[in-house]
Amino acid sequence: MSSVTVDHVSPGHHGHGHDDHHHATPTGWRRWLFATNHKDIGTMYLIFSFVMLLEGGMLALLLRTELFEPGLQFFRPELFNQFTTMHGLIMVFGAIMPAFVGFANWMIPLQVGASDMAFARMNNFSFWLLPVGGILLTSSFFVPGGATAAGWTLYAPLSLQMGPGMDMAIFAMHILGASSIMGAINIIVTILNMRAPGMTLMKMPLFCWTWLITAFLLIAVLPVLAAAITMLLTDRHFGTGFFNAAVGGDPVLYQHVFWFFGHPEVYIMILPAFGIVSAIVPAFARKKLFGYASMVYATASIAILSFIVWAHHMFTTGMPVTAQLYFMYATMLISIPTGVKVFNWIATMWKGSMTFETPMLFAVGFIFVFTIGGFTGLILSVAPIDIQVHDTYYVVAHFHYVLVAGSLFALFAGTYYWLPKWTGYMYSEKLGKWHFWSSLISFNVTFFPMHFMGLAGMPRRYADYAAQFTTFHQVATIGAFWFGLSQLIFLVAILRCYAGKGERAPAKPWEGAEGLEWTVPSPAPFHTFETPPEVK
Amino acid sequence: MKKLRRVLGACTLLVGGAAVAQVQDMPGGPRVNQLNLHEGVTAIARDQVWLHWMMLSICMVIFVAVFGVMFYSIWAHRKSRGAKPATFHEHLGVEIAWTVIPFAIVIAMALPATRTVVAMKDTSSADLTVKVTGYQWKWGYEYLDGNAAGVEFLSTLSTPRAQIENREPKGEFYLMEVDNPMVVPVDKKVRVVLTAADVIHSWMVPEFGVKQDAIPGFLRDTWFRAEKVGVYRGQCAELCGKDHAFMPIVVEVKSQEDYDKWVEEQKATMMANADDPTKEWAEEELVARGEKVYAANCVACHQATGKGVPGAFPALDGDASVLGPKGPQIDVVLHGRQGTAMAAFGNQLSDVEIAAVVTYTRHAWSNAGKGEDPIVQPSDVTAAR
Repeated sequence: MSSVTVDHVSPGHHGHGHDDHHHATPTGWRRWLFATNHKDIGTMYLIFSFVMLLEGGMLALLLRTELFEPGLQFFRPELFNQFTTMHGLIMVFGAIMPAFVGFANWMIPLQVGASDMAFARMNNFSFWLLPVGGILLTSSFFVPGGATAAGWTLYAPLSLQMGPGMDMAIFAMHILGASSIMGAINIIVTILNMRAPGMTLMKMPLFCWTWLITAFLLIAVLPVLAAAITMLLTDRHFGTGFFNAAVGGDPVLYQHVFWFFGHPEVYIMILPAFGIVSAIVPAFARKKLFGYASMVYATASIAILSFIVWAHHMFTTGMPVTAQLYFMYATMLISIPTGVKVFNWIATMWKGSMTFETPMLFAVGFIFVFTIGGFTGLILSVAPIDIQVHDTYYVVAHFHYVLVAGSLFALFAGTYYWLPKWTGYMYSEKLGKWHFWSSLISFNVTFFPMHFMGLAGMPRRYADYAAQFTTFHQVATIGAFWFGLSQLIFLVAILRCYAGKGERAPAKPWEGAEGLEWTVPSPAPFHTFETPPEVK
Repeated sequence: MKKLRRVLGACTLLVGGAAVAQVQDMPGGPRVNQLNLHEGVTAIARDQVWLHWMMLSICMVIFVAVFGVMFYSIWAHRKSRGAKPATFHEHLGVEIAWTVIPFAIVIAMALPATRTVVAMKDTSSADLTVKVTGYQWKWGYEYLDGNAAGVEFLSTLSTPRAQIENREPKGEFYLMEVDNPMVVPVDKKVRVVLTAADVIHSWMVPEFGVKQDAIPGFLRDTWFRAEKVGVYRGQCAELCGKDHAFMPIVVEVKSQEDYDKWVEEQKATMMANADDPTKEWAEEELVARGEKVYAANCVACHQATGKGVPGAFPALDGDASVLGPKGPQIDVVLHGRQGTAMAAFGNQLSDVEIAAVVTYTRHAWSNAGKGEDPIVQPSDVTAAR
């Protein structure tokens, strides 16, 4: 190994050894506004996404409050529709997606042995676009007409009737989408170009694989979303008629373009979760991940299949029978690679030596509850059944099972797992366990009854309902408040770590953990792997 | 103050409601705490129930097996029990098996489903065709063939606003009752041709196993053959604006004789209601008729006070176009306003109804005695179309 290290990453260090060019760790507001460090940027992404999670959660509690009793008690239906719409937009684009990018920023350079992301300044820009988008979305509530009330899917022609809040949402989504595209580029280049010597792609942690594949999905489909919402914008203001039959357009065109983005989007939100779980289960089972190669192939298959199933969201639009059958078959197929992953995780646990600290609780909880969501997805893919439950609470139950008990639980698992590395302190295991059990139970109390309601015909996006559904609605509302309150336990646990309360964490607090991130001290120093490690 | 009263009213009803009779199953609609799909009154609905049970059973078996293994492992292979970790991390045979077997299961699931998809899409050889139009926020039905050809009417939620706003206890068919239900004969294949006048709606009747989007500017179709006489209820299933939850569907399935009788009644009523748009109407007649039209079509947005909802729906009381020349206002009512929620009522209301409602707005609230053109005749509307 040469003693002169070539700093092949940080811009501004042109070839001379790093030792004679130290700068102090930046301080004050400049450290954050001008951040180019992947750890700082990762932290900012995570803080932003948690704030958005709370905001989106408040909106959910508002609408569940209205739904506690039949009749309209607190909100006019048009305001209720704003709540449901913005709850969806904020959770998808403000909470879940940025949270996973935050994890990518923190962990990918550490896991591949790189000193930072490939494009550190673009990384800064990617982050700071987010608060702008978030503020645009939030302030859309306060313009005449309020926030857009067309559902997070923004179907035309309804979205063409909305006031200026809709235009703000379109602008916000363009900004948030641009941020994600740039983040995705950064991730791909970092993973392909900056792995430490000896780390072949097939030796890379699975979290990096899932993010590599997710990044390609993002680049492929976010421009399609941009096209869809731009067509909405021009139909609204610039005299085009993409979705207006009177001038030769078609409302269903919007659905095709949106869902061509929308279906890969949901895999974008779950693949990194699979990666996190694939790191945690082996660590706490003290046994290597079972079937690493098949996990990579399964992830790639899911990603490829995700492009060719979009119209299963459109089974009631009136497509020809051949198309109905094709999309049904293709969608059913996705259950195969997904099932393979579940089997591999369980095979990793089998004959391991398991302990159940909080990350493992959330990971195992994920496997259990996400699979329930997977089964309801399989049931939904059967078109004749979908005709009965499309646009009912059955669908709401399905996607909350995979997005909350799936993506969000994986994010919790990853946070507890890597929090010692980020902060240098162990979180309180007692708080973690309380958070887990409280969230798991309240989540199921909230969303399990929705399966029944959907089968019975309770439609989505309804501010009021027939009295026969009252009991299940009340149970769901109580569960929702309980789930919301449970997240305060999480907040306390994290704040205590950042405040320095708790045991000091060693470099590798988890006995069975593997990966380069555990070879650096806890908390990880501002600069790590300035010299790339040798990987055998 | 109004909001506080509403909330207090809701609380009173809550407490009082607990003492009142329990909610019963809704005939033709949802049962109390219903757990599963409706058994249905069509062969398609029964197929859907069967398919769902098949899927659910297979998934439950797999679920119990897989998570049985996982929970066993959690118990048996834990460090606190002294388990030592094995070192295996791949096994080609097992991995192939658990890819191929699920693949075979999925194919087995797809076969019966295929039969039902093909059957659901076959709208040919119908005995009766009805055109259904989705409006913000009601349905329109038009019979296209058979003895009912030409019968058409609107079907609007008939639950009183007072029940929705918690000022009265909720009725038996709360939110799932209409003034004019769709009526069809039993055991006949009914083809439903759908479209919409403004945004996408969706026509859903769970007991029939039917759901089809109504898309503006396009025709879609679906079909059902109801095998039992009765009344069946559904709701709009595509977000369509503020009153998405308030535009239900009610279908009465009658015996052939009762259906034929109903058709005759409908035709007679339509003849009686036919307004002569060429005659000159008196001012009081127009205002009286207009008040009824306003209450049925305009009050949802423009409110009974004519004050609208600031920021969302404009006030008509004191509005420039209501107080100005009649031409522009007739135009807006006929053709709607692009880019807003103001629908084109030209296709829903007759010349007499439009003339009446425009006249009413020019006489109501503080508009009375002010402005130009207080009276609009049906012939003005005919000319403006």
